[in-house]
Amino acid sequence: MVNILSYLENSAKAFPQKIAFADDETEITFSGLKNAAMAIASRILELTNSERNVPVVVLLKKSVNCITAFMGITYAADFYTPLDSTSPQARLLKIKDTLRPRLIITTKELLPAAQSLGFCEEQIILIEDAVSHSIDSGKIEAALSGKIDTDPLYILFTSGSTGTPKGVTICHRSVIDYIEWVCNTFHFDENTRFGNQAPFYFDNSILDIYSTLKTGATTYIIPEKLFIFPVKLIEYLNEKKINTIFWVPSALIYAANSKILSKQIPQYLTKILFCGEVMPNKQLNIWRRALPDALYANLYGPTEITDVCAYYMVDREMSDDEPLPIGFPCANTDIIVLNEKNEAVKGSEIGELCVRGTSLSLGYYNNPEKTRDAFVQNPLNPYYPELIYRTGDLVKYNERHELIYLCRRDFQIKHMGHRIEIGEIETAALSLPNMENGCIVYDEQANKIVLFYQSETLDDAAVLVGMRDLLPKYMLPNRLIKLDRMPMNANGKIDRVTLKESLKK
Amino acid sequence: MEEIIKILKQFRPDIDFENQKNLIGDGLLDSLDIVSIVSEFDSEFDIEIPVEEITPENFNSVQAMKELIERLKDEA
Repeated sequence: MVNILSYLENSAKAFPQKIAFADDETEITFSGLKNAAMAIASRILELTNSERNVPVVVLLKKSVNCITAFMGITYAADFYTPLDSTSPQARLLKIKDTLRPRLIITTKELLPAAQSLGFCEEQIILIEDAVSHSIDSGKIEAALSGKIDTDPLYILFTSGSTGTPKGVTICHRSVIDYIEWVCNTFHFDENTRFGNQAPFYFDNSILDIYSTLKTGATTYIIPEKLFIFPVKLIEYLNEKKINTIFWVPSALIYAANSKILSKQIPQYLTKILFCGEVMPNKQLNIWRRALPDALYANLYGPTEITDVCAYYMVDREMSDDEPLPIGFPCANTDIIVLNEKNEAVKGSEIGELCVRGTSLSLGYYNNPEKTRDAFVQNPLNPYYPELIYRTGDLVKYNERHELIYLCRRDFQIKHMGHRIEIGEIETAALSLPNMENGCIVYDEQANKIVLFYQSETLDDAAVLVGMRDLLPKYMLPNRLIKLDRMPMNANGKIDRVTLKESLKK
Repeated sequence: MEEIIKILKQFRPDIDFENQKNLIGDGLLDSLDIVSIVSEFDSEFDIEIPVEEITPENFNSVQAMKELIERLKDEA
């Protein structure tokens, strides 16, 4: 198997009339998905003259349509990048500058947004028209015959410290390697009903999408609004008989803290997986008491190694203040923990988690410098070229030889499950007219992004309004503190330690 | 009322809270906002908004939020 389309083809044969994906407005069967995707592909191949490996962006509200667009692009032997339709134009333009997409798939509703990003008429595909385009199977077959498993499937953009997002390029082979592991390990099959939380621009959604395609399961795309209202969320899970979720811990923590679980439980739920940030045992224990028979698994991994590289099946009692392990490497994945001398750690020594295997990204698209920094020769192997990915996460082994996550070695944070480079927020803040100086500190206790700033004329509201045009919402400061002057350390840099200390008062 | 608007403006200075009556329905407030608003109301007004009260209806307008806070204060 060299192309993830085999998953869709097999399921369309085995379960043609079964619902594959559903949102609050529409649903699509496996055979319907295959046909719609082939129609879109036929339209794409017309516009690209059947050229392979062309970048195509998708600007759509989170919906079944997104999946259809992704598969259409894949049938055209190209690769896709979902754009967050709620992200400000300035950030989408940065992504566009790096990716230089040839085409955009969107809807009539979002057409003005696509045009204002600079796409001209012959670059825009309206999905409502494309799904009924006539299918040219010969063209599709010819395009796919030259596609190999190390060609890209998708590119997802993550926060970049200098303000420019980085495009993590993932190939078919890596996704196949991951999906085979995840479906075998968690026994997903056609009876699995996923309740999808992850946005499609976030790689946790890879599990939902491709496990569904492989096994003939069904994914229900949960309307984002429901995550605000726990009572309605549980009602939804029960109404759709959701039995499997793979959510960011923030969503599980919010539900646990709301105390909903002592009043009402998701009665069909048997598998609860999470990934994206630290899951505290305090809230996990609330879930475990509410649903004692469910399977709980802590998954770990950055986008650069295709979603997940380590996992821990929760198999014993844990106290509220204990750290939850990230456990052990997935099948066909190796984790090396390197100390500052680039040697493998011994015992419980702290080191950087590095990954080796098929799961590794092809690199950051159109960004050789950043790629060279993060994807490096395995220092333990001087004999032949072998890349490892340096995650920047510091970890250690506990006495059971389980991996324990400790902290970052740089200025990356996890906020509400989103991976953010503090530098990207600072770059945006400092770019505002009349902003004299500024610094971002993350308050881990309160889970708040705090902006300290210095300006004669700007006030908090003006700063926030200005930043909304530059950054997606989850990157905006939650608290602003205006200072007459930034504290400086001996090296003449902003004294982050003093600023962080001031938050504790 | 003023106090509530002040808190709301802290998170969303771009919204005209005095005149918007369909904050949730129109998608002006999202989950991140509600999380922040609920925790700020809890600490500012010394209440605990129970999960049953976190509904679209109670957060659609400043008036609705005010009534919710007053009701919870009376019950306390």
